[in-house]
Order: sequence, then C-alpha cells, then structure tokens
Amino acid sequence: MARPVPRAVSEPAAAPDWLELYRQMVLIRRFEEAVHRLFLRGEVYGSTHLCNGQEAVSVGVASCLGPDDLLAATYRGHGHVIALGSSAHGLLAELLGRATGTCGGRAGSMNVVDLEHRLIGCFGIVGGSLAAATGAALALRRRGGVAVACFGDGAANQAYFHECLNFAKTLSAPVVYVCENNGYGEYTPTEAVTPGGILPRPEAMGIDSCQVDGQDMWAVRETMERALSTARAGDGPVFVEALTYRFADHGRGDPVQYRPEGEMERWRARDPLTVARDRLIAEHGVALAQLDELDERVEREIDEMERAALADPFPEPDDSTREFAGG
Amino acid sequence: MAEVAFRRAIFEALDEELADDDRVIFFGEDVARAGGVFQVTPGLLERHGAQRVFDTPISELALASAAFGAAVAGLRPVIEIMFADFLTLAMDSLVNQAAKYRFLSNDRASVPLVVRSTVGGGGQFGAIHSQVPIPWFLGVPGLKIVAPSNPGDAKALLKAAIRDDDPVLFLEHKRLYAATGEVDGEAVPLGRAHVVRPGSDVTVVTAMKGVQDALTAAEALAARGIELEVVDLRTVRPLDVDTVLASVARTNRLLAVEEGPRTGGWAGELLARVAEEALGELDDAWRLGAPDLPLPYSPPLEAAAMPSSEAIVQTIESRPGII
Repeated sequence: MARPVPRAVSEPAAAPDWLELYRQMVLIRRFEEAVHRLFLRGEVYGSTHLCNGQEAVSVGVASCLGPDDLLAATYRGHGHVIALGSSAHGLLAELLGRATGTCGGRAGSMNVVDLEHRLIGCFGIVGGSLAAATGAALALRRRGGVAVACFGDGAANQAYFHECLNFAKTLSAPVVYVCENNGYGEYTPTEAVTPGGILPRPEAMGIDSCQVDGQDMWAVRETMERALSTARAGDGPVFVEALTYRFADHGRGDPVQYRPEGEMERWRARDPLTVARDRLIAEHGVALAQLDELDERVEREIDEMERAALADPFPEPDDSTREFAGG
Repeated sequence: MAEVAFRRAIFEALDEELADDDRVIFFGEDVARAGGVFQVTPGLLERHGAQRVFDTPISELALASAAFGAAVAGLRPVIEIMFADFLTLAMDSLVNQAAKYRFLSNDRASVPLVVRSTVGGGGQFGAIHSQVPIPWFLGVPGLKIVAPSNPGDAKALLKAAIRDDDPVLFLEHKRLYAATGEVDGEAVPLGRAHVVRPGSDVTVVTAMKGVQDALTAAEALAARGIELEVVDLRTVRPLDVDTVLASVARTNRLLAVEEGPRTGGWAGELLARVAEEALGELDDAWRLGAPDLPLPYSPPLEAAAMPSSEAIVQTIESRPGII
C-alpha cells in the first residue's frame, strides 16, 4: 500500500498540568488498593489484575493522546481507563458488577470498553490490544489520528505481536506500540522466556524503537510525544518499551514466590509516585504540603466512590442476557 | 435478465459497496494486484485505489485483527481469508474480539466487518483446504454466518453483510464460483431461508452446493412420485427455524444435508430446534453428512465422503414409510 496521503496534524497539546497528572497517578494507585480490598471482601468477583507501580506509564501515555487518537489496553487496564478520563466510579461499579458500571456489568475488569473516552477496550487475551490498535490505525489515518496499543512483556511471545507489528510496518500504519515490561509474564521472569529481549524484535522489522524509564512519567511523556508525532506524520509504527514493575501480584491465586530477595525494595525506591513527588518539588516549585493535601483529597474521593458504588444496584438479568437480535 | 457467474456476483457486490460507501475497504492475501487465488477480485484495486483495496502479508491473525480494529474505529472492512481452513489462525480476533465487542460495550459500539472465505470439498484440495468450518463458529453468539448457493443470493447477501453492523462470516463454496445464475439486484436480508422448490413429501434443508444437489435429487425422485421441498438456508447463523417449521408442517419429514462431519454441525442444531418446537409434526427427521473424519484427497475417497444428489436420493429412498 502506498504512503498515506498528507493530512492535517492535530494541534500540539498545551503544556501539561503536572499536578493534575500526578493526581491521576495517585487516583489510580488508591483505586487499585480499593479494588484489592473489595476483592478480598468478595465484592469484586472473578479475577483482577492491578497495575500498582505502573501508573507513570498509564498517565504518561494517555495524557499525550489527541482527540482523534484511540488506545487499546489489557486486562491490567484500570490505570489506562482512568487516565483516559473514563469515569473511575463507572469502572469501580463495573468491577462490582453493578448496572451503573461503564459497561453495565457485562464486561468486568478485563474487558472494559469506552470508545467515548478513546478506549477501544481492555483485552483479556494476551496480545489482543495489539490487534485492536493495529486495525484502528487503518481508520484513524484518514483523520490524522494515531492508535496506541499498551501490552505487557508477555505479549512479545504471541502471534498477535509478530503479525501485527509486521502488518503495521508493511502498511505504514500510524500505531504506537507501548510494551509495559514489568519483568514478569504472570509468574515467569521475562528474560527466562524472551530470548534476545523484546526491543530487537521490532528493530528487526525496521520499526522505530526505543526504551524508556517507565517509572518516570516525564520520561514516558517525552517519549510518547515523539512517538505519536512520528506515527502521525505517516512514518509508520513506533515501538516503545517502558521498563516498569508491578507492585501487586499478577492476579488472584498468585503464589508470589518468584521475586528475588530485594527486588521489590529496589523498585519501591523508584515508585512512580515518589519519582513524581520529587520532580514536582524539585522542578515545578510544588510544596510538600500541597502534595500531601492532594493525596488526602484523593483518598476521600476514593472512600466516597467506594461507598456510592457499593450502594449502586445490580443489573436485572433481563437487561444483559437478551440474545443477539440477529445471531 | 443477466446471467452471471458466482465469482462475478461477488465482485459486483464488493465493487458497488466500495463505490457507495467510502468506509468500505477490502484487503487480504493477493487480493489486490493479483485479484485473489480464485480470481474473484481482479480490477477492484484499479477501480478503488490502493488506500481502499490492498494486499497484506500472509498473516491471518493480523488480517482479522486489522478488520476488527478498523471496524471499531469507524470503517466497514471486508477481508478475504483465502481458505476457510485458515480461519483457525484468525480465531481469537474473530471469536474473542469481534463477536463479543458489541455485547461487552453494552451495545454502545458495533463491529461491522465481513470475512469472506472459501469453503468446501470436491476440488481435491485435501483435508486442510476443503473444510466447511461452520461448526467452529456456530456456537459463538455475535457472529453471523452466510452461505449462499447461487449468484443472485451471493450478491444480495454480500451487500447485506457489508451493510450489517455486526461481524459476518461470508462463505463461498469453491465448487460454485463458475456456476451461473440470474442476478436481479433484489435485496435479500440476512437470516432468511428460501424455499427453492415446493414439495409435499420431504423437506430437505441445505446450503451452498447442497442446494443444487438437492434440486437434482428432487428431479430424480419426482419421477418416482416423491416430492421434495428444498429449503436453502442462505444464512446458517442465525438459523431461520421458522421457515423450516412451516415446511415441516406441510411434509412431516425433515432431512438436513450438511457438507462436513456430522458431529457438532448446523444440521444437528436444526434437528434439535425442530424437535423442540414441532416434535408432533415429525414423522421422520435425520441428517446426511460426512463421517467424523478429515476429508480425504483421492477423488473416489473424497467423493464418497461428500453429500451428493445420488446420496440424497439413496438416503431418502432408504427411509421407512417414504415409498
């Protein structure tokens, strides 16, 4: 296929409100903690995959998107959903199985869809987000948009990964692939099952690829701005490997015996919230008390959200179990 | 009225929909420059341009993925999966993404995509290029399965599929590509079966190549005083059970002729539905399919494993109470 026709490029984003982006990261962290509590109480069902520790990627990526861009996330997607501006209350209600949930309780944690907030969806199959974004790019290229796929390191071993990257490069599709390498595919260390590492794979296809410190939201944003502008210009897909770490277990039933001693502590020292607080104080003239106050406000917001969502009604079976009209 | 070949009817449907709606795109392996291995789409690239008609790598999963994502983001993609046997490679995107998306989105989004794919035996393509993999998709809510038997229906149903807001698997039997028939441009809705021959003794329900086999069998049996009513399903999912029930009410006998292994097929599903709703109407109900084996290659072995007009005549004559 020929190069896409030239088109108008979206207006560059205004300078970000760093404090607001920090607030989103805190909101995601407290949200995930609330989900964990509710899960242990049996209020959140099935399985949940929390993203504590990876907030700088969620917020860094989502905050760079323009109005015509779309993002596809994974079953570890709460951070992306919230960072895209989808209602956190709606998401919590969805996890609680309530009618007020983002998808009316039909989707649950792993399958949330909210196109109105530029979320193609969260995909429960490892690698599924690459598919969604690759295809969306074919549509978005017409209006100057870019599709972003977020996925974990485990996806680098899926057919989706190899086929979609090759497909997008062949068609010069405007996609940014963001691999959130948190060191583990479920319980297995990434390096044990990813010979040669991740980055050489897109590089072998001639895809513009780079690595970024996924604990530093500023770094993520800088890389994403560059990646989006390359993709938007019609110069094909871009691959970003964000090095990060998940503080939470993989999911329910995780034995948590696979982390070497000291590893968690080393990453905790680079908690994305700590990194953000340090930078806000050192580089943006924000006072410590201001941050503490913001933290408390978010905590109250989450408490209130939790109370409200728990009071929300469950859906009526009639609402969500009617058969497809046409098959 | 114009008589055109089946493959030409498919071409016309694609050509007209590409011309009518800018959101329609068409892509697949060797479909653009080469016009497809079954030569259905030569000329589409020249007529609609490389932005809308293009070749892809041999990557069935990426093809299905791209169709899904593009549909979600506002296009109406049509893809070609060269042989339906290769749908295994596209399965996750079709089953776990495209088919479920509308439901998961709480009906706020839809996935208007069409997967065209070639099915069927009779060409000695062997076990892995001859299947009719309807059973793989029959139990997937959210997918429609279209299986036309003649050029007129093929064109009308493909146009309806492209205009449909949900994912449609559009199956083209490779033994039908050269078949000719009238194409009158009349719209045919998805999900509606068609009584192609009225008859009073046995209702024969089938699809695709099976329809011509059943009509040929009907001529042979008519000479012996047995009148078949032949129902062309046209759409296998959703199944038009009502049309079959109305026919069975007239004939009291039901034969479902399905190309492919019997177990898990649409014929079993149809018999179950008719039994649930009209057991009292039935004097007899059975299936003609293939044994539960892969399709063999050698011509006599392959022919023996496929339904044919002779096999239909034989099975009907062998049933008690028919003659």
